[in-house]
Amino acid sequence: MALLKKKKRVSEIPTSSLADIAFLLLIFFLVSTTIDMDKGLGLILPAEGQEIKVRKENIANLLIDARGKVLLDKKEIDIKNIKPTVEAMLARNPKLIISVKTHPRTDYQTYIQVIDQLKQANAKRISIAE
Amino acid sequence: MRFKAKHKAKVEIPTASLPDIIFMLLLFFMVSSVLREYEGLNVILPRAKQIEKLETKRHVSYLWVSKDGLVSVDGKIVEVKSLRHIFYEKRTNDPQLIVSIRADKMVKMGLMSDIHNELRKADALKVNYSAKTAL
Repeated sequence: MALLKKKKRVSEIPTSSLADIAFLLLIFFLVSTTIDMDKGLGLILPAEGQEIKVRKENIANLLIDARGKVLLDKKEIDIKNIKPTVEAMLARNPKLIISVKTHPRTDYQTYIQVIDQLKQANAKRISIAE
Repeated sequence: MRFKAKHKAKVEIPTASLPDIIFMLLLFFMVSSVLREYEGLNVILPRAKQIEKLETKRHVSYLWVSKDGLVSVDGKIVEVKSLRHIFYEKRTNDPQLIVSIRADKMVKMGLMSDIHNELRKADALKVNYSAKTAL
């Protein structure tokens, strides 16, 4: 009985697709890692003890009460309407300072919404009154 | 004149080391991407539309305010009264300091005005109210 000649088997892990697998992993990590960027509303607080007299017509009072109702120059206003109203006011008087006053029981969320509206209206001079 | 028979040059980019290169890239991204650090308090940030990015993290100091009225700086819970000393020191060390206020949306403005006042006393006037993108 003739012995069969054993063929030498080629035993190699196919590495041609390894690069593709690694690429996929790379893309997965690139997509899934969110760079934790800090985002928010920037504001510069008025300096302590630095009181500048402002002419009355250059100031607009914005009051937020405990229930989240907003008064702009003594008139009640919907938060969504702050942006167009303030835009119009700024168009009339570019030197206008918006003074935001809050009630101690006002929610921070409401306050942020109002500041957001003012920022959207491109108001640069925002003052926080106590 | 006879032209020499050009022998066909093999032009192939060696791809044997490509997986290694890609793995290096992969490792780089895995190492460099920091998973979210939760050093502060558990807060639900408010949402806003007109948000801007903080350009640098170098000058930023975080101030956490939870809805229970807890205030935390650098992983320590502090009293509102002591904020002026903390931030005065920080501000002296880094005049370009930006205070990123990460407050819960349910925080009352009474506490926030106290914090504002403390920051004003510490002369740390540049603040940034952390907010999420509004949908």
